[in-house]
Amino acid sequence: MSNTPFHLGIALDGAGWHPAAWRDASARPEALFDPDYWVSLVVEAQSAGIDLVTIEDSFGLQTGGYGPFELRGDEVRGRLDALLLSNTIAAQVPGIGIVPTVTTTHTEPFHTATGIQTLDHVSDGWAGWRVQVSGRSHEAAHVGRREIPVLDPARAATGTDEQQTALIRSLFGEAADAIEVARRLWDSWEDDAVIRDVPTGRFIDRDRLHYVDFDGENFSVKGPSIVPRSPQGQPVVFVLAHQTVPYELAVAQADIVGITPHSDEHLEQILGELGDAELAVERRAGEPLRVWTEAVVLIEDTHETAVAALAALDELHGSPYASDAVILADTAENVAAQLLRWQQAGITGVRLRPARLPLDLERITRELVPVLSETGVLERPHDASTLRERLGFAPAANRYASASPEPAALIESASR
Amino acid sequence: MTTSKPTKQIHLAAHFPGVNNTTVWSDERSQSQIAFSSFRHFAQNAERGKFDFLFLAEGLRLRETRGLIHDLDVVGRPNTLAILAALAGVTTNIGLVGTLSSTFNEPYELARQLATLDHLSRGRAGWNIVTTTDAFHGANFRRGKFLDLADRYSRAQEFFDVSSQLWDSWADDAIVADKASGEFVRTTGLGLVDHHGPQFDVTGYATLPPSPQRHPVIVQAGDSPDGRDFATSSADVIFSRHADYEAGRAFYDDVKGRLDAVGRPRDSLKILPAATFILGDTHAEALERSREISRLQVSPQTAISFLEQVWNTDLSGYDVEGPLPDIDPVVTAEGGAKGRAHVHTDPVATANAWREQASAAGWSIRELVISFAAKHTFVGTPVEVAETINRHVQEDASDGFVIVGNTNPTGLDEFVDRVIPELQERGVYRTDYDENATLHETLGLPSVPSRSTAALASA
Repeated sequence: MSNTPFHLGIALDGAGWHPAAWRDASARPEALFDPDYWVSLVVEAQSAGIDLVTIEDSFGLQTGGYGPFELRGDEVRGRLDALLLSNTIAAQVPGIGIVPTVTTTHTEPFHTATGIQTLDHVSDGWAGWRVQVSGRSHEAAHVGRREIPVLDPARAATGTDEQQTALIRSLFGEAADAIEVARRLWDSWEDDAVIRDVPTGRFIDRDRLHYVDFDGENFSVKGPSIVPRSPQGQPVVFVLAHQTVPYELAVAQADIVGITPHSDEHLEQILGELGDAELAVERRAGEPLRVWTEAVVLIEDTHETAVAALAALDELHGSPYASDAVILADTAENVAAQLLRWQQAGITGVRLRPARLPLDLERITRELVPVLSETGVLERPHDASTLRERLGFAPAANRYASASPEPAALIESASR
Repeated sequence: MTTSKPTKQIHLAAHFPGVNNTTVWSDERSQSQIAFSSFRHFAQNAERGKFDFLFLAEGLRLRETRGLIHDLDVVGRPNTLAILAALAGVTTNIGLVGTLSSTFNEPYELARQLATLDHLSRGRAGWNIVTTTDAFHGANFRRGKFLDLADRYSRAQEFFDVSSQLWDSWADDAIVADKASGEFVRTTGLGLVDHHGPQFDVTGYATLPPSPQRHPVIVQAGDSPDGRDFATSSADVIFSRHADYEAGRAFYDDVKGRLDAVGRPRDSLKILPAATFILGDTHAEALERSREISRLQVSPQTAISFLEQVWNTDLSGYDVEGPLPDIDPVVTAEGGAKGRAHVHTDPVATANAWREQASAAGWSIRELVISFAAKHTFVGTPVEVAETINRHVQEDASDGFVIVGNTNPTGLDEFVDRVIPELQERGVYRTDYDENATLHETLGLPSVPSRSTAALASA
């Protein structure tokens, strides 16, 4: 086995990722707006040593695809704000990464940055941010600031529709700016800015606070943050990406990129495209980009029963579930085998999307995790005090920290 | 009591220590202004004291004095909504009220966040709706440029109206979640919000079923006639600055009179002035503590800085224990202080008035500043403080108070230990929360009407 550490994230959304999951016998569809439901899911993940959970969100009511908004009553509709829900969870469940989805398109970068920073204080160093762009026309109408035409994903994917390509570039450019603002604000207080110096009456040393002076196409932000630097300094930024433009966003600004290969060849192709993106844009985040894969997971005792369970859900839904990520409906052993193939290919983690909640989360924590543990790929610091540390990231340097001499150097020069 | 009217129950809110000189950070008991442990202690102590709600101010930009970040008071605080959501997870009964600007937020997003907070807290969310007009704060937001003063309340009102439409747009019975039939949500139970006004264009469906309170408790703090009108039409609580008995009675009378005029019941809008307190075993000891703490609240540097906000020039050469500067303020269009609630519009007149006041009272610079910035509302033994609070409430100078402590996070521990039992003994303050009460219920406010799918259809 390769010694590359392998990390596990769980993507939490509603009653699970299959649109009919809420009708499964184990589902608790009436509890989706109850904080205790979410806390119990995260406790389950934490106790199995899962590294992080993400919480899905969007800037509007759920709808399928990017076409015109469709209000349908046979799927889960309605969501709690992921950033707020994450703070409620973090106050109660220590020692697991909590990564809410927050949209960059219509929101205020200042509020988003301080909200994530607060989550890092509340969780004592376990916050992340899953960055999301809103390209949906109906979501733009919630703010009324600008119009976004209804996207045609098929045409956009070919890259031949200049208007759509330009729109996607502009939305992702704005996302890059929002991350840049957040990263600057997160560093805008040095760690030792609070001095409480009674003789001079000063609570802070204002020379250790910094304006961020960001001036971009969609917004300008002066800074500094209202929130003092948080335990991680830089919470972990996660970007899910499927195309060139999002790959470039991830390369420029993310700590982790989630990719969605459907086969070994597809994985190779995506890694190639990520490599191209690395040549095309300048990386502004601190460390090398980590690549994680994504999979929808449905686990049963045998391959046949797993396939049958998926088919039963599809039947309830009225059509086969199509996902951007590969759907693994199988035994824990076979799902583990796929994850190990990815790990062997140099992938450093996976974000698992349980098809059914809480059922497939429990299958992951109680069946899949033990199988993976036996192989040794999950060896990692279990006494880590922050998410960055758990994921093997170095402590985040502060871009504004003055290069002041170390105390030892001062003593040395004084005694010379 | 000589009055024959029924005894009123007192309502109390706990103000998290702010970023002004009231909060004494030099005290050895003072802890982190940002660590979650501070917020948890503060909230759980207030809940132990059966407070109606805890109250958080909002930070949109760090304060500045003469172009530099103000460094003499506590600096830094959390994102208001995020910390309230965290506190929802570690408290059970206390209301969670946050100050949130109607200028640097959008109704669709903020209404959703407040509804989320109400779900997360099982009906304990409150919103102190404020307006922000200056470009100083705007520099951190998309909106950037400031709002005309005249548009403040029209924006706040329209913001509130759109939010209300969003909160009212799902019927109570919209979520069906029937596994057998396959109906999760009754699509006829969701109303499309389609608002077009001078400040906002909002079209779409809200993303949450009705929260336990449907609407958060609305708090309003503005004192202008426009502010009072807004409160009369839309607020549940006024956070007032009139803790003084006579001023409190006049304000109470004015606002409750406005309620009569629009046909709202008098007890459907609670008036809670901000108040500080200092306790002692004897009255004399309390006075002595008050004197000591006011000197901690106004350090020599704070006294000079307070004057510099008006004089707009370096006054560090002046002795704070001596008389006020005899030079005139430097008048510029920009002014001295940024990011504060109160600004001085005519510095020369202010300086003259202060000089006269100090000289008449024989005050030094520091004593003058203490008289403005470190005056304590209630000073006395726990019995005296409890009786004064009760008198204010029973005699209609207020319906209770927003209590502001002077150390973070333990400033209200003593109030809970010593004053609350006195109030409870007098039968004017709850000894426990009602089980599962929403904040509306805790405050004795009428609840927001429910809406069925049928009602939504006929609306």
